[in-house]
Amino acid sequence: MKRAMKPAIPDRSDDPLVAVSLTVNGEQVSRNVSVRMLLSDFLRHELGLTGTHVGCEHGVCGACTVLIDGKAGRSCLTLAAQAGGYDIRTIESVAAPDGTLHPIQQAFKECHGLQCGYCTPGMVMNIVGRFEEARPLDLSDAGIRDLLSGNLCRCTGYGNIVTAVRRAAELLGRK
Amino acid sequence: MKPSIFGYKAPATIEEAVQLLAADADAVVLAGGQTLLPAMNFRAANPSLLVDIQHIPGLRGIAVGEGGIVVKAMTRHREFELDADVVRVNPLIAEAMQHVAHVPIRNRGTVVGSLCHADPSAEMPLILLLLGGSVIAHGPAGTREIAAVDFFRSFLTTARHRDEIVVEARFPALPPGAGWAFDEVTRRHGDYAVVGVGCVLNIDGEGRASGLRLAACGIADRPVRLSAAEAMLDGKALGGSDLDAAVAASLSAVTQPDEMTVSASYRRRALGTLIRRTVTDAARRARQRTAP
Repeated sequence: MKRAMKPAIPDRSDDPLVAVSLTVNGEQVSRNVSVRMLLSDFLRHELGLTGTHVGCEHGVCGACTVLIDGKAGRSCLTLAAQAGGYDIRTIESVAAPDGTLHPIQQAFKECHGLQCGYCTPGMVMNIVGRFEEARPLDLSDAGIRDLLSGNLCRCTGYGNIVTAVRRAAELLGRK
Repeated sequence: MKPSIFGYKAPATIEEAVQLLAADADAVVLAGGQTLLPAMNFRAANPSLLVDIQHIPGLRGIAVGEGGIVVKAMTRHREFELDADVVRVNPLIAEAMQHVAHVPIRNRGTVVGSLCHADPSAEMPLILLLLGGSVIAHGPAGTREIAAVDFFRSFLTTARHRDEIVVEARFPALPPGAGWAFDEVTRRHGDYAVVGVGCVLNIDGEGRASGLRLAACGIADRPVRLSAAEAMLDGKALGGSDLDAAVAASLSAVTQPDEMTVSASYRRRALGTLIRRTVTDAARRARQRTAP
């Protein structure tokens, strides 16, 4: 897998293993993993896709948001064992292969929609998921804040993120 | 945190799933996992076996027909919220669903899972109770229908037997011409309700309420119908004094004790506000729908 690395962590676990096979960023991957491995840890530890961040591990902060069969979902609230056959997309799939930012990422950059950046992958995946739906967007302040309500940011105060969503809609010609 | 060790089975048939539940007292059903997984990550829940029902055929989808709306066990909140037929026959559901957590949680969490979890502050149990819906439970002895009023027993406790799986929920359509409203008070957007209230009513030719239903979540150990207020408001023009009387009659329905962040008196205040608001909004919509 491009940009992936395999961390040299010895597997000392006695956990029961389960075979999972799923699609991650367009590539088929198969692993034997602990039955209790969270999808977030699967992406990070098994595949080295550390762009998916882990914050609260109980579904509140949204840092681990990925696309599960095209819809934004919490990778910390999904077991790798459940994800057999799923199509997962992570933040690593969003920018072009040459590094050109996705318009949503570009909008975050232009609008200073991030500071430390920890929450940004989850924010971006949530927004990508919503923008890929055909239904019209609600680009009012209230509508954007509702869209972002499942993603916590402790740096920006959200104002610039709201602006970035509106700018992303402009860049993508979305209404 | 990470969950403790458990077994995991993803049966291909409902019979197999029921057998797995019957054979292990600590086995639990996994559907969307949006409540179960956080509880497991906190180690508040330590099931011995997860019975993942996502691959069982026939547990997906929504059917809207004469008898109302049938929601299957693996139907996600978001599917229910956005289904055009559901919005057409029962717009109350989409209105309440805006308050269920956040979109990424609603993309994964299931309606039936929320009903079976039976959090007394949750929106969907309140809606099922308010509408007079039911669930279908499948167990070793076959299937049975359980009315919402009998299903919710106490905190996180339902009439579902341990070896039963709720395979569908049935939400009635709104009566013709009915107005509806749902609103809630929360500490943060997307949280469970401190108090939530739903209302359905019709307005007759004389401008009086009929078929008025009111229910609340967050005030007791389960969602409750506010039957004293219903009786006082039915047949009335829903003026200020009618609402005052209905609110006064409802305050004793708040049985939740003071908690760290919310006192019982605050819940009573919130309940009163929400009754006034939802009855007024539902009446306005009913008048709009029946206006010539």
